[in-house]
Amino acid sequence: MATNMPKATVAIVGMGWVGGVIAAELTKAGHDVVGFERGKSRSTADYYHVHDELRYANRYELMQDLSKETVTYRNNEKITALPMRTYGSFLLGNGLGGAGVHWNGQYFRFLPYDFQIKSKTVERYGAGKIPEGMTIQDWGITYDELEPYFVKFEQMAGISGDPTTVDHVGKMSQPFPIGPMKQSPAVKLFRDAAAKAGFQAYTMPSANLADNYTNPDGIERAACQYCGYCERFGCEYGAKADPCVTVLPVALNTGKLEIRTFSNVTKIVHDGKKASGVQYIHVPTGEEYFQPADVVILASYVFSNTRLLLLSDLGKKYDPDSGTGVIGKNYCYQVLGAGTTAYFDDKEFSTFMGAGALGATVDEFNGDNFDHSELGFLHGASISLTQTGLRPIANNPTPSGTPSWGKDFKATSIKYANRSLSVGAQGSSLPFRHHYLDLDPTYKDAHGLPLIRMTFDFEDQDKNLVKHLAAQTKKIADQMGATKTETRDAMTTYNITPYQSTHNTGGVLMGDDPATSAVNNYLQMWDADNVFVCGASAFAHNSGYNPTATVGALAYRTAEGVGKYLAKGGSLV
Amino acid sequence: MAKDGADRPQDESRRRFLKYTGTAVGGLVVGGVVGGLIGSQAKNAKEEPAPSPSGSAPAASNERDYNQALMFFNQEQFQTAEAAAERIFPTDDLGPGAKDLGAAFFIDHQMAGMYGTNARDYMTPPFQTAEAYQGYQLAFKRQELMALGLDALDEYSQDKHQSAFVKLSEDLQDEVLSAFEANEVELKGIPAATFFTMLRNLTIEGVYADPLYGGNKNMTGWKMKSYPGNQMSYYDAIEKDGLVKYEPQSLHDHLTS
Repeated sequence: MATNMPKATVAIVGMGWVGGVIAAELTKAGHDVVGFERGKSRSTADYYHVHDELRYANRYELMQDLSKETVTYRNNEKITALPMRTYGSFLLGNGLGGAGVHWNGQYFRFLPYDFQIKSKTVERYGAGKIPEGMTIQDWGITYDELEPYFVKFEQMAGISGDPTTVDHVGKMSQPFPIGPMKQSPAVKLFRDAAAKAGFQAYTMPSANLADNYTNPDGIERAACQYCGYCERFGCEYGAKADPCVTVLPVALNTGKLEIRTFSNVTKIVHDGKKASGVQYIHVPTGEEYFQPADVVILASYVFSNTRLLLLSDLGKKYDPDSGTGVIGKNYCYQVLGAGTTAYFDDKEFSTFMGAGALGATVDEFNGDNFDHSELGFLHGASISLTQTGLRPIANNPTPSGTPSWGKDFKATSIKYANRSLSVGAQGSSLPFRHHYLDLDPTYKDAHGLPLIRMTFDFEDQDKNLVKHLAAQTKKIADQMGATKTETRDAMTTYNITPYQSTHNTGGVLMGDDPATSAVNNYLQMWDADNVFVCGASAFAHNSGYNPTATVGALAYRTAEGVGKYLAKGGSLV
Repeated sequence: MAKDGADRPQDESRRRFLKYTGTAVGGLVVGGVVGGLIGSQAKNAKEEPAPSPSGSAPAASNERDYNQALMFFNQEQFQTAEAAAERIFPTDDLGPGAKDLGAAFFIDHQMAGMYGTNARDYMTPPFQTAEAYQGYQLAFKRQELMALGLDALDEYSQDKHQSAFVKLSEDLQDEVLSAFEANEVELKGIPAATFFTMLRNLTIEGVYADPLYGGNKNMTGWKMKSYPGNQMSYYDAIEKDGLVKYEPQSLHDHLTS
């Protein structure tokens, strides 16, 4: 039997970016919060020996232990889903700060088009433009409505970027709090090449501080040192914004946040209309507890938010045959097949230096910034060159035709380690009726509970997008003065093995209609008004950008909604 | 249940660090825990011997390396692994190959630890036949696959060329490895290419991982690639043109007393 704990005002499941932002806002407003984290605690002191590619990048030190829990995957409903037994395609966070600890810090607000994708597509091209099976829908919120919350995240995290924006992204009511990152020769080369190709490149907005910064909460952080260890690593300087160096200390300093680490929430207890609290397992002992709360907030990763609702039988489960129900719907990913690598025989770059969000970006082919009338896809991609710091185990660039081992491999990979640059397109991922999440019928986690099952593949939409975007990356790379360029423009079946992106989205969509969405635009569940589900799980599709900016803005929006709910109760819309 | 007091993320050492590094921008970071390490590295940098230009054993050390002993392999498996790794990353004009870099010791040590035993992988049955895109689905642990694969390299060499793998010419060793890479060898139901890919990836890791793991001896793998290893700051160098050269530092230089 579960042990009953004293009642809390708010229980938050997951102490990453979303849980941290909401905890900080609510505790500053005087509310008591209990935060649940299934993993361990973390601080910058853990990262003094972080410059270790093997341990962090190859052995996934900061990631979820898959022996305890993973996801299962199948390309379509005809085959049996099998567990992701070892890491590949994406990396799941774990521990205090979650995936917010090991991100790169690339910060992009989604486009105004994203939030109204369906209505804007129909308006410009007619309903016939949306292919059979594609389930794009509006988000129930506009860019302008979300804009003030982007500002809040930017001020808190200390986002660094150009003082003015380019033409084809959403307008900003306030500039970024810090100016742009330094410009490396590689980034400069890309910007000049983009200009020659006729595009407007801008400095990639960055959560790696370009300057020392004190945020509105009084949190002081030191500037980025361009050491080249961001993605998959924690930042020993605290220069990369993460929850452990920004929002969590603020929440803890109020004395109103209690974080329970090693506490894995397994169930939302509810009567079909309201939640009474959460049940969790204290991982080291296996003992079960019940935490009563007035409000329950799910703030974990896409898979965990969706899974917890399905395990708790809360909300209407998505049915791909009828297209009805909402929990598990519109699972999306990121389309990364397009890119061009430039090889320089007579020019070297210090590619080992860098920062997670050091780069420049071109958005002419993102969203609906270009005419899709004659194209066999919707949306597009951001095109960037980044200098994140290349590390020697992974950095073995070789032109095609080079063997993957032996004499030629050694000589060629060493030659080009500091002589190649890559222009990449980060493509949007649009939803389809048969791409979804549900509970696996066979495989269980360490507690005996079903794993989440993903059914997903790339479609013609994605293949056509990659072809078109690859040609644009080549246009830019061909202006960089390289000895030769090689373009990747082919995309096949989705494969769980090679790393692609930890930008998984969907499953608990936001929207303005309970028939097609699980939460309203305050991320409040239609079916249980004291449950809020926040994170990229709310995305109705994924844009051609990194998701964290939009996740962060939605977290501030949710915090405001929870505050309103605690004052007045009931549905917020 | 008690509140975990240790959860306070902004720990004291970080506060000290921030206090002492208030003027980090524009110059070398000084003071604090991390800052202290930068200072010690700058000192060490000048004492580092130059990279070994030839394929011989890198940077002389009179002291015996007690880390070079076997945790998992038997002697034969070790020699086979060493010979195969050397073909994957051979000695050439650029510098030493996998053998002199200690990659086989790296592989042995990795097989004995949690990577070799798949400690952080999902190893719960049922194990089923996978579609090509569903990834690793073997019930076998990596260390079992490694031992089986190395033994198979020898068996195949005996069958084809009537000799142990280690005694074959370099060309024939390449031929044997290519047969494994192309999946032309029967490996008790396991794709030989799976074993080969693992061996190939472990060799590259053994060449380029921090020397603390037993490979990349004297950081010579890094030196060949102009990789500077563990440096704390490129703040003043990130805008410089061309390849900026550094004497590499390992995490060993990062220990404070």
